[in-house]
Amino acid sequence: MKDLILKDVSFSYPGGFLAIEHINMEIKFGENVAIVGQNGAGKTTTVKMMNGLLKPDEGEVLIGDMNTKDYTTAQVSRVVGYVFQNPDDQIFHSTVESEVRYGPKTMKLSVEEEDKRVKEALEITGMEIYKDENPMNLPLSMRKFVTIAAVIAMGTEILIFDEPTAGQDVEGNKRLSAILRTLHVQGKTVITISHDMEFVASNFEKVIVMAKRKVVRAGTPKEIFWDFESLEYAMLKQPYVSRVCRALGIKGNIIDIEGAVEGIMDR
Amino acid sequence: MDIVMECKDVTYSYPLTKKPAIKNLNLKLERGKFYGVIGENGSGKTTLCALLRGFAPSFYKGELQGEVLLEGKNINEYGGEIAAKIGFVFQNPFTQISGIKDTVFEEVSYGLENFGVPAEKIEKRVIDVMKMTNIETLAEKSPFELSGGQMQRVALASVIVLEPDILIIDEPTSQLDPEGTESVFSIIETLKEKKKTIILVEHKIDLIAEYADEVLVFKEGTMIAFRRKQEILSDLSFLEQGVTLPQVAILGRKLQERGLGLSAIPVTEKQAVEVIAEALQERNK
Repeated sequence: MKDLILKDVSFSYPGGFLAIEHINMEIKFGENVAIVGQNGAGKTTTVKMMNGLLKPDEGEVLIGDMNTKDYTTAQVSRVVGYVFQNPDDQIFHSTVESEVRYGPKTMKLSVEEEDKRVKEALEITGMEIYKDENPMNLPLSMRKFVTIAAVIAMGTEILIFDEPTAGQDVEGNKRLSAILRTLHVQGKTVITISHDMEFVASNFEKVIVMAKRKVVRAGTPKEIFWDFESLEYAMLKQPYVSRVCRALGIKGNIIDIEGAVEGIMDR
Repeated sequence: MDIVMECKDVTYSYPLTKKPAIKNLNLKLERGKFYGVIGENGSGKTTLCALLRGFAPSFYKGELQGEVLLEGKNINEYGGEIAAKIGFVFQNPFTQISGIKDTVFEEVSYGLENFGVPAEKIEKRVIDVMKMTNIETLAEKSPFELSGGQMQRVALASVIVLEPDILIIDEPTSQLDPEGTESVFSIIETLKEKKKTIILVEHKIDLIAEYADEVLVFKEGTMIAFRRKQEILSDLSFLEQGVTLPQVAILGRKLQERGLGLSAIPVTEKQAVEVIAEALQERNK
């Protein structure tokens, strides 16, 4: 089982900027995890450790029995796929389909397997209808789905999405929820960075809070979103419905609308 | 009414497209008001911004029917002075950064230099705005070393510093954390107090609910509604139009369906707490 473990990991960027300090994290294989925290808390640096884009200065990153120190970034990225925050860092091809096909192509798969991967990735992300479009003609929110499809097509067992909710509308968020569910059912580990607390509350089984280069706490959304001390320290807020329930004195660590309706009616 | 901008029968199509991105738009914007623009992606919100700034068609080309007026004069009749009148913050902050400056400080100063503002005045204004947008500590950094959220704040600062009367802001918080998002909104509120006209595209509907005066709803290139925020955000029929509504409005409606008599559908957290507490008190009498 490819559990993902960060043991006492610290990292400074060239030039001396200390990005993360003594990070410990354990993500079980198949878990669906959100990482939350302020800009600059070290979230992106942490996930870049997980796919070998960065290697720790201190400590170690283990993916199953693979220590990222002993492997090249290319090797690690066969196991852990990473969707960049800015899709334009990642798009190079002139059609959505060729963009998605690029990864599988480099893996020397059979033609059938390659086609299957591309088709599946386009289906899961709802990008089929755009397959012949130039990604650069699509809006930013759609370009993000193109890069998600491209990473899904690589078929890695672990996937990282860096702020996929940025700039998404209702439909975009629904599509993302569906993608996360599908990958979860397929047994993949998915790690998502997001600033959208409503989205995090309703789509993940585990939340890791980061602040000031460190991990503050890991727990279920219900635990995290009612832990005021951790939220305040990380400068995060409860989802809106939780804030309303808190102000009304309604118990039960409510984090969604359905829960809030029940809690208020029972009052 | 002091109308600052107006769209008269505006229909606009990007080059090589058949379907107009904006259709038959008639719109009057009052000076000093804060307008929230909402609707699903691809509904025409960003195109509206480009039209109001005069980028479409002058920069994006394409075909424009009707006219966009700034203080009664066609926007395309203005020359370079338009940059001093209308500030524009792009959706993707990576687009805003000039790419020719070595530090954030220089980046924020760039527009003022172009306006020929004396150096000693520039320094003070830049420092003030950098404080306001909380990017002081980034002053000596290269604009290319910034995170998405930092870049978004630099982009906003580089526009605010020019002190335009009208600000068109396209999703300024997409890369920001909740704290940063709130701080951008409080900056926008300060601008509103200074009687600036603000046109803001934003998906974070709870913040629109908190701060905007009026809301424009777009769908497939058509403005389907333009009313006071309370009326729009408490109307759940907009959910079917792909519009996000505040969580508290949905909660309010569900409570009503369950028989709790709310005096209004709330659109902000504060309002929700008030009307629900009041309804519970009434019910439990």
